[in-house]
Amino acid sequence: MGKIRALIVDDSSVMRKIVERSLRQAGIDLEKVVEAGNGAEALAALGKEPVDLILCDINMPVMDGLEFVRQLPTLDNAKGVPVVMITTEGSENHVVQALSAGARGYIRKPFTPDQVKEHVLPVMVKKS
Amino acid sequence: MSTDTSLAVRSHEENWLPILELATEEVFEIMLGCRVKPMDKSELPTQPGGFTAMVGLAGALCGILTFSSDRETARELAKCMLGPETADAEDQISDALGEICNMIAGNFKNKLAGTDGRCMLSVPTVIKGEEYTFRSLADGESLETVMLFGNSPVAITLQLHS
Repeated sequence: MGKIRALIVDDSSVMRKIVERSLRQAGIDLEKVVEAGNGAEALAALGKEPVDLILCDINMPVMDGLEFVRQLPTLDNAKGVPVVMITTEGSENHVVQALSAGARGYIRKPFTPDQVKEHVLPVMVKKS
Repeated sequence: MSTDTSLAVRSHEENWLPILELATEEVFEIMLGCRVKPMDKSELPTQPGGFTAMVGLAGALCGILTFSSDRETARELAKCMLGPETADAEDQISDALGEICNMIAGNFKNKLAGTDGRCMLSVPTVIKGEEYTFRSLADGESLETVMLFGNSPVAITLQLHS
């Protein structure tokens, strides 16, 4: 797996930085990180440039993470891009909803870099 | 426990304070890399204030969780999360406290059997300053703990609807 471009979607700028740091600590070689504060901003960002991996919160204003994942297939350059949810919503119901919507992984906050590695690497390997 | 009211009833019958404290300890240990421990509230002259983050709960469990600290402690918490060079801006401090509150609320409800997808969290709100009066319409159980972060107290309160 070479350098990757990641899109991090979270309404908290602090959490976006922590997710980026966790990706680097997990040994993932980031070429570029694109940030978005909600699902609508993320769709707009994807319209401008493609990415290799998306990490996305669920509870966000304007457009939440589940709706964002449902709308992803409408974008040509987002098809097949793996999405891993990172969220405080930890119930089975939320996991099922996220996976049904198209997410490939699910990480509950609080999380360690090892958990990020455990959930992100398999979906990146499958992609390559 | 299958009905929405059962969780409110359980909050009276069960002691949820250790669960709230454990949820807080885990967030500090995993996300901030430091330990906190409960302290005797009677040793605290005044409730810590300056920054107060709030997250609402709705659904099977209704109420509000607040996380309060003084300004300097809030800055230290943000530094733990972000590193010393990035955490001086007020908006980043507020953002960090909001996320801590959000994660404590999420971790707490995930530890309660029976909430399974039936309890939602609001996005966090953060109040700066001390000269305000806070009144929640939650009229049920109130859980409150003060924990020591280094030598600084942080207060976590969960007020529930009955």
